[in-house]
Amino acid sequence: MPKLTVNGREIEVPAGHTVLQACEASGVEIPRFCYHERLSIAGNCRMCLVHQEKAPKPIASCAMPAADGMVIRTDTPEIHKARQGVMELLLINHPLDCPICDQAGECDLQDQAMGYGFDRGRYRENRRAVKDKDWGPLIKTVMTRCIHCTRCIRFATEIAGVPELGATGRGENMEVGMYVEKALNSELSGNLIDLCPVGALTSAPYAFASRSWELRTTESVDVLDAVGSNIRIDSRGPTVLRVLPRLNEDVNEEWISDKTRFACDGLRSRRLDQPWVRRSGSLEPATWPEAFAAVAGRLKSAKPDRVAAIAGDLACAESMVALKTLLAKLGSPHLDCRQDGAKLDPICRAGYLFNTTIAGIEQADACLLIGTNPRREAPIVNARLRKRSLMGGFTVGLIGEAADLTYRVEHLGPGPEKLKAIAAGKHPFSKTLAKAKAPMLVIGQGALARPDGGAVLALAREIAESCGLIKPESKWNGFNVLHTAASRTGGLDLGFVPGPKGRDTAAIVAGAGQGAIEVLFLLGADEIDTGRLGSAFVVYIGHHGDKGATRADVILPGAAYTEKDATYVNTEGRVQRTRRAVFPPGEAREDWAIVRALAESCGVQLPFDRLADVRAQLAAANPVFATLDTVLPAPWGAFGTPGEVAAAPFRSPIRDFYRTDAISRASPTMDECAAAFSGSPPGLTGTHG
Amino acid sequence: MSAPPFVLSPENVARAEAIVAKYPDGRQASAVMPLLDIAQRQGGGWLTQAAMDYVADYLKMPPIRVYEVASFYTMFNLKPVGRHHVQVCTNLPCWLRGSDVVAETCRRALGIGFGETTDDGQFTLSEVECLGACVNAPMIQIGDDYYEDLDSVTTRAVLSVLKQGGKPKVGSQMGRRSCEPKGGLTSLRETAPMAGKK
Repeated sequence: MPKLTVNGREIEVPAGHTVLQACEASGVEIPRFCYHERLSIAGNCRMCLVHQEKAPKPIASCAMPAADGMVIRTDTPEIHKARQGVMELLLINHPLDCPICDQAGECDLQDQAMGYGFDRGRYRENRRAVKDKDWGPLIKTVMTRCIHCTRCIRFATEIAGVPELGATGRGENMEVGMYVEKALNSELSGNLIDLCPVGALTSAPYAFASRSWELRTTESVDVLDAVGSNIRIDSRGPTVLRVLPRLNEDVNEEWISDKTRFACDGLRSRRLDQPWVRRSGSLEPATWPEAFAAVAGRLKSAKPDRVAAIAGDLACAESMVALKTLLAKLGSPHLDCRQDGAKLDPICRAGYLFNTTIAGIEQADACLLIGTNPRREAPIVNARLRKRSLMGGFTVGLIGEAADLTYRVEHLGPGPEKLKAIAAGKHPFSKTLAKAKAPMLVIGQGALARPDGGAVLALAREIAESCGLIKPESKWNGFNVLHTAASRTGGLDLGFVPGPKGRDTAAIVAGAGQGAIEVLFLLGADEIDTGRLGSAFVVYIGHHGDKGATRADVILPGAAYTEKDATYVNTEGRVQRTRRAVFPPGEAREDWAIVRALAESCGVQLPFDRLADVRAQLAAANPVFATLDTVLPAPWGAFGTPGEVAAAPFRSPIRDFYRTDAISRASPTMDECAAAFSGSPPGLTGTHG
Repeated sequence: MSAPPFVLSPENVARAEAIVAKYPDGRQASAVMPLLDIAQRQGGGWLTQAAMDYVADYLKMPPIRVYEVASFYTMFNLKPVGRHHVQVCTNLPCWLRGSDVVAETCRRALGIGFGETTDDGQFTLSEVECLGACVNAPMIQIGDDYYEDLDSVTTRAVLSVLKQGGKPKVGSQMGRRSCEPKGGLTSLRETAPMAGKK
């Protein structure tokens, strides 16, 4: 541990730290552009110059390893002058277009120019201008503003794993780009916008939408996949304008996926902002009392076991527990939160969690992916797997669809036979797992949401037990389920599953088609086959006019995740809460309150009046809801239903990363992305065609 | 930008294999520059995108890493060049010794400016930075050969020999041997003492 002196203060830093990190540790801020904690060191902007005693000239602190006995000064007039010189050089070719630049107000160059900038230019020669690049629908480029810090190049190469960006040309002709004109094909590309210290890379959908200082920031979590990335929602007035990542080392570090970031314009279109009731075949606007009366009237004539409920992928725990309580009061056992038919059940919590935790991936040394494509299903988890892979000594095997996951993966086979072979110890990979110190497996919904999913789950459990993935002595649990729906873990935690003799999703849909289910509540459930619901009376509680609302007989407009204080449990079992950034549009209300009011008009009294009461109900259903932002280790137990597995190959449930839920399907930006990257035509639902 | 497909000829593949073999396993990307040179020679003096992609694929590296190298070094031409690539040095020593005259002579003799190619595809004229032959400035490089100690007459002579399909004398055009002084040796004229003899 080298000990050095920074501005007269002695400080000890871990070996391998740089002078810049030592300065930060002692509380001295060092200006920088190219240096970034999570990227490799480039040392090319020269803004972080400091004075080192006995060195002939200022040193770039970001690239200088801290050594014992160094005497560093950051506050001398020479250093200030040196940094001013660097700033002047950087500003030679940087246009003074802050008034029309989206980065203004949150620009590193602008901020640091306040400290080190010269108040006029002395440069009288030609300035360079660089042609803007087309990097696709998400990133707007103004390349003349680029100061060549190469953060974007390093991010694309190191974190995102798409080595497509580079610096071509030399000297004054150097340009950052791809040489070949094409869109940057990464599901993490939006992070380039955050990394860019100037306005060269800005958000294309947000272009000229607002100034950073006009926005109100709300800290929240994302629900468009099951990772629960920590986000901040920036809104102005009633509109969410953008979503940015928030630091959480345990979940998303400081990255978010493009869907998380850019799907927020889907919150502005196809919204349900008032109740609707189907009268003589077509949906007509209604008032809340009319809508409630319609539901109550229909419920009165339906027998309790002819009522059912399905919760969708975006449902919050509060609304699910409210709906579950309502169904219990009505006396119906037919409810399900697994609208894809995944064969997971709440018997054993360890059986449906990502037990290793996302941060825990970094401790693993072998991994078996089963029926999952984490790059599409959870890009943030995939980034962690890549990070672990780059550290070396990490073997990854994949059973399922072969795919480019941005790191080295051994494709073992397409379907369950290989899984059986590994479980039986007849496959070389079972030895790899058994030999590893911290082996893990990740089983995706593609392996579970199929008729033999229970047997596949049992096989995975067998592998976990026989190959030593569960090591109680070292508190290691290498069994992981990767969910794709934000609501799923919460739904399983609070038991939103069929009661005794209850029907699951498939049986509910089939029952509706046959007339055995007369009233069906869809809590934002859009991914079921709504065409097969027969003559069932469908009550849709949700926020977007998607498939479920189209089929509904009564639409009760709810709140999206940016519009309510709601609880979600991510795939690790981490309980997190969203915060209301804006109010729901029009007459839409928070979902649990809708269920509460609906119950009242049906003559059923639910035992809660305030959000705190609902949360008490949640904690009563499962004590994990009393925790927040932590992962409680789940005890290992028996789960899965041993049986025959079919030969059919595993298939990732997500075919189009950019359109997975009601919000992203309503987003014009996601539409453009799907057309640019997934090759599918834009506009499949709603007002198109 | 769709370039015709590119494949290294068998003899060039043999050369490439020999070069890659010089580097440790997994470090084959180190061979990118010699391989680009081979590809450029095979491709008539310039690199198509297909050629760069071929090299990237051959060395198992991302194409952008090859584009970066190829666009950084001026010796790699990313646009078609004529059969004879005339590169005129205009850096300080050559300029002091009359590179302006040499450049102007080239322009007149070939009828093209810097960065241009003659209509018959025979000559491309480029302005380049120092080529390391300042001792015999001014100089030009044509293909792989240096022509030094130039003035307008000798420059025109070199170019006209090339135009006629001939091969001009390489090196100093004023008759000096290598880079010895113009009027013959001024020192080291005595016989060197034999090594090892006292």
